[in-house]
Amino acid sequence: MKLDLAAWRGDARWSWAGIALIAIALAALPFVVGRGFGNSWVRVLDFALLYIMLSLGLNIVVGFAGLLDLGYIAFYAVGAYLYALLASPQFGIHLPFWVILPLGAAVAALFGILLGAPTLRLRGDYLAIVTLGFGEIVRIFLNNLNAPVNITNGPQGIAQIDPVRIGAVVLSKSQSWFGVEVPSVYLYYYLFVALALLVIFITVRLEDSRIGRAWVAIREDEIAAKACGINTRNIKLLAFAMGATFGGIAGGLFSGFQQFVSPESFALMESIIVLCMVVLGGMGHIPGVILGGVLLAVLPEVLREGASVWQRGLFGRILIDPESLRMLLFGLALIAVMLYRPAGLWPEARRRREFAAAAGERKGTRG
Amino acid sequence: MSVLLEARGVSKSFGGVQALREISLTIRRGEIYGLIGPNGAGKTTFFNTLTGLYSSDRGTFTFDGAPLSVKAPHEVALAGIARTFQNIRLFANMTSLENVMVGRHLRTRAGVLGAVLRNRSTRAEEAAIERRARELLDYVGVGSRANDLARHLSYGDQRRLEIARALATEPKLLALDEPAAGMNATETAALRGLIDSLRRDGVTILLIEHDVRLVMGLCDRVAVLDYGEKIAEDVPEKVQKDPKVIEAYLGGSLA
Repeated sequence: MKLDLAAWRGDARWSWAGIALIAIALAALPFVVGRGFGNSWVRVLDFALLYIMLSLGLNIVVGFAGLLDLGYIAFYAVGAYLYALLASPQFGIHLPFWVILPLGAAVAALFGILLGAPTLRLRGDYLAIVTLGFGEIVRIFLNNLNAPVNITNGPQGIAQIDPVRIGAVVLSKSQSWFGVEVPSVYLYYYLFVALALLVIFITVRLEDSRIGRAWVAIREDEIAAKACGINTRNIKLLAFAMGATFGGIAGGLFSGFQQFVSPESFALMESIIVLCMVVLGGMGHIPGVILGGVLLAVLPEVLREGASVWQRGLFGRILIDPESLRMLLFGLALIAVMLYRPAGLWPEARRRREFAAAAGERKGTRG
Repeated sequence: MSVLLEARGVSKSFGGVQALREISLTIRRGEIYGLIGPNGAGKTTFFNTLTGLYSSDRGTFTFDGAPLSVKAPHEVALAGIARTFQNIRLFANMTSLENVMVGRHLRTRAGVLGAVLRNRSTRAEEAAIERRARELLDYVGVGSRANDLARHLSYGDQRRLEIARALATEPKLLALDEPAAGMNATETAALRGLIDSLRRDGVTILLIEHDVRLVMGLCDRVAVLDYGEKIAEDVPEKVQKDPKVIEAYLGGSLA
């Protein structure tokens, strides 16, 4: 990553050309996908972008600081419910999007610190179990906070959430730009792309900084990090808070996009899927994590679609429910990747180099 | 020479084992102070107590004129005590340069906002961190391996890198825990050269070492621990001839 950036900086014209190309591709993507495959696939893209934000947030905690967190989805839930409560008929409060989103990020960060503080001494398996418990606590609270005072509306969830509104544009209604019809899912796509880019920018900057180095140092050897004068307590809490912030932002966006939230959306499985995105893509490597997020968000949908098409083609009818077949194929894909690319699909360049060097050494001794 | 570190009556036990028994010693500014003793004598326990990894049961440390209230290891580093580890503890998957840059952490300030905005002062600080880290790598003699992962360095280079990382914290006292362990004769000679130049540059050093020749050749004063007790403290020539030391090392029957 660092090397790539240095090369980019070397020639400003190339980097501007690259940025322009990426911008055009990102702007055109929903039209290409929508025209080619239908607008439901643009919706899949929207979710992929939310998952990118989530996996980059979790990557700070798991990939950089090396703290295994199995309850990450709780921060997503906090952001989502905060948006739902402050912009719905539930309490009759209708705050604007640009007020709730930062507030959601801040409250999620606070939850991150609340989770982090009691777990500071834990590592590995023990931390995983405690965070798993935390994630479940949040979900169960959301499920049961409808009595004695109804706050979350319990298992029914909160409906009729206000759509995101930017200026005069309501994102739940299609717009007409220069005579071109832009459906709602496209509008959300552009909003999510903008925020995902912001999240990517922040993580890239953090990685290559004093804070980022301290996170990695803790991951590599906590005792040595302490001996180097790193206040591991604060730096770990910062990792939890930063990770949770991105979760909170994604949650708020999810709420405005779906206009409905219920505790079901924040089950343990979701935490595990986000963790899979991080691990499968390449823990600690930002482009890898983004790739993991996109793949694991899009692939199951492709498999779902494919599972019915293939079965019809082969047997003339659907023998196995595509939903269950999808999870089977998904599981097989995970196993295959972990067997053949244990460092992830797109690991850090230096780790790749390391593998290459190790292979070279082996060859050398044989020759 | 003024006193830099004074330990007074430091005791530490693990369950029924008294690892340190009323250890008192003083390290003077600018000297190399050796701490030797047979295996299990409590040398590393003393180190870990001093650097905050363990809390002592009794006793106090006074460092640089102020009581060193051992709360957390990072505060000890902040006070000006840096250490290396008997079994090298580098950040294996970071480059040599990054390892030393981490050592600058506590003398620098950039936070999240600075990292994200990358404003002028943050950029200047980053540049200074990197410059200093490169200087230190050159100083210990691993400058040519700056961009290699720490785990790919040779054993001797890893020891040197750990010293560079410790120096990056700007210590007043550098505590080396068996820096020559596992080194061959050439590497030990090179290490000796490095410690000599550190002394010339005014770093006070606390040295735990098994290699008696290295200790006797380098140290200004030596303390000997045996079963958690200090049995001798003097210049190397006298310690070498101390009957209690000879007994501790060779066993009672031979003395």
